[in-house]
Amino acid sequence: MDIRVQEEAFWLGEETEKFASKTSTSGAVVTFTGIVRNNAAGTLERMEIEHYPEMTEKALQSIAGEAKTKWALEDALVVHRFGSLRVGETIMMVATAAPHRKDAFEAAEFLMDFLKSRAPFWKKEITSDDTNWVAAKDTDEAALKRWTK
Amino acid sequence: MDVLYFAWVRERIGLPREVVETTARTVADLVTELSAREERYAAAFADVSALRVALDQELSSFDAPLAGVREVAFFPPMTGG
Repeated sequence: MDIRVQEEAFWLGEETEKFASKTSTSGAVVTFTGIVRNNAAGTLERMEIEHYPEMTEKALQSIAGEAKTKWALEDALVVHRFGSLRVGETIMMVATAAPHRKDAFEAAEFLMDFLKSRAPFWKKEITSDDTNWVAAKDTDEAALKRWTK
Repeated sequence: MDVLYFAWVRERIGLPREVVETTARTVADLVTELSAREERYAAAFADVSALRVALDQELSSFDAPLAGVREVAFFPPMTGG
């Protein structure tokens, strides 16, 4: 499992290829990518992502470790950026590798659900006329519940 | 102990971290103590249901004891991904 928290940009294609070629027994690789999107008014200038360095990697490791106990996962990759990002830039990616696609898809979704509300990142949107901390949604928390059944 | 603040909690209080000398037994006691200091703390802690707390980098709760804890962090619900 590879967990990286970084300020620099990364290249989705390169990361995915490297990840996919690591194991010979994984027939399925699923990737998810989070991208900075503009608001409806088209006024987003940048997004600032703050994190809690001492806690971030620990939290991500524990989420990925749990995914490994739930699915036949051969490998997982999480790359999450922090700092100042512009519209269209890649914020983060998750990749999962498993023998079959069901495990890879479900594990990727699980990782995303937990990453959203259990990994210590906070997003701030800077638009041409104001700045706002992105609020967590009730649905984010609700999404975690379905995995505990 | 070290007390850390993130996102709008950090902005409202006006600093990212500080060393706090306290005899507070629980997180809630520490919040009461900090809130009594100055208006900016009271404003940040006005509604703790809007906040989360981590003790030594593990998510915890406001009724958790502080015995043996070295680092307390207060922040709004996380928005990763």
